[in-house]
Amino acid sequence: MALYSEKVMDHFRNPRNVGIIEDADGVGEVGNAKCGDIMKMYLKIEDDIIKDVKFETFGCGSAIASSSMATELIKGKPVSEARQLTNKAVAEALDGLPDYKMHCSVLAQEAIESALQDYESKKEQK
Amino acid sequence: MIYADNAATTKMSDAAVKTLTSLLADTYGNPSSLYEFGQKAKEVLEQARRDVADAIGAQPNEIIFTSGGSEADNQAILSAAKLGEIKGKKHIISTAFEHHAVLHTLNKLKKEGFEVTLLDVHENGLVSAEQVEEAIREDTCLVTIMYANNEIGTIQPIREIGEVCRKHNVTFHTDAVQAVGHIKVNVVDDNIDMLSASGHKFHGPKGVGFLYVKKGVRIFNLIEGGAQEKGRRAGTENVPGIASMATALKDAVANLDGYKAKLLPLRDKIINGISEIPHSALNGDAVSRVPSNINFCFEGIEGESLLLLLDDKGIAASSGSACTSGSLDPSHVLLAIGRVHDVAHGSLRLSIGEDITDEDADYIIKSVKEVVEYLRGFSPVWRDLVAGKKDFIL
Repeated sequence: MALYSEKVMDHFRNPRNVGIIEDADGVGEVGNAKCGDIMKMYLKIEDDIIKDVKFETFGCGSAIASSSMATELIKGKPVSEARQLTNKAVAEALDGLPDYKMHCSVLAQEAIESALQDYESKKEQK
Repeated sequence: MIYADNAATTKMSDAAVKTLTSLLADTYGNPSSLYEFGQKAKEVLEQARRDVADAIGAQPNEIIFTSGGSEADNQAILSAAKLGEIKGKKHIISTAFEHHAVLHTLNKLKKEGFEVTLLDVHENGLVSAEQVEEAIREDTCLVTIMYANNEIGTIQPIREIGEVCRKHNVTFHTDAVQAVGHIKVNVVDDNIDMLSASGHKFHGPKGVGFLYVKKGVRIFNLIEGGAQEKGRRAGTENVPGIASMATALKDAVANLDGYKAKLLPLRDKIINGISEIPHSALNGDAVSRVPSNINFCFEGIEGESLLLLLDDKGIAASSGSACTSGSLDPSHVLLAIGRVHDVAHGSLRLSIGEDITDEDADYIIKSVKEVVEYLRGFSPVWRDLVAGKKDFIL
């Protein structure tokens, strides 16, 4: 029995949407290096649709896989839908995470929430 | 696979496997039985005791066989504490980077009213005899300091520490699990009163170890029952395991010079190769170090992902990152030598064995470089460091 599911290992080995978006409409960073996990999400949003999403993660295998899966789950979706993304959905899409790694999926949810919040506040300023 | 996790456990030697399997099949008698067949097992047991004693410069009656290093550590420390309590001495000296078998036992004693002084091990992972001497008090009943650290491989000045303990008449125990069978250990020359060791760390089987207790040092048993091990450890002896461990130890000790000659250059080659990675640092003293150990911190990455990618490349290694321990804190050893959390999460331990080749060493260096660079490529921490938004620590 491996540590992680095949899906987790796939997203860890071949993370989707890795990188940054220079002119992002929303950027969110959560976690801290002290705890060993930092996720940063970049969103490009047009007409309330998430046109593009990129991430950078400092963290363990499940943190990288959770970020990758979370970006896949929201890409191309309306902002309203992305806002509904739960950590449970991320973990389920990965065919589950070990109990002590569930916080990685929470971090992914929070990173997206944070990026969306940044988008909203930028929009208000405009 | 390149197995570079020998500090976790080792492959059993062919001789140890042969001893184990043949005894399992044929010598199943109980050493406590009086008939010939039982006495045959007893003979095997006592020969193993002589061999183990020889390997560390002890007398056979000073060896107690245990289930491993953890049990030996528990028995040594709890015995010295019990004796100390009888004498009204409830102070113990140790270090901040001991194995948990020692630290957790000391924590238990703290709850029972003992005072524990954990000595600083400095940036290089070494404690000095002077520090021990300064910490010794009238009520000190035990000094327990590991021979070689399990994570960073640093070898402590055990002989000098033992000398200080003798001078002040304080019992000295050493957890030598990472030293026995890897470097020269002699309990007489090293002034050791009690020493713990574990079979599977030197190519013997798991589930068997021993405690050396110098003649005249009182020991209490942890396990009540029969009169095995002269009443100091009840339970029918694991004769095949014990004999197999003795075989492995005998061979390891006979080969110490060859082991060192083979491993040191390769260890240092890997250390030098990995040192070329920018913003990396060797953990622990480069010289006073067991021949097998390589331990680095890399800034901007996390250890578990490093291990998983090395595993994909066929390299089995270990890390002191929180994510590999199931807790939120990184290795207490790395914190003890002053590594802050941020970099302690990005650690890698390679503990090489005698089967390693020069090509393996090259491959390890190349792989570690690739993986570190790859992970830094999408690490927000690394980006901030490179952009000057954060200061490099290493």
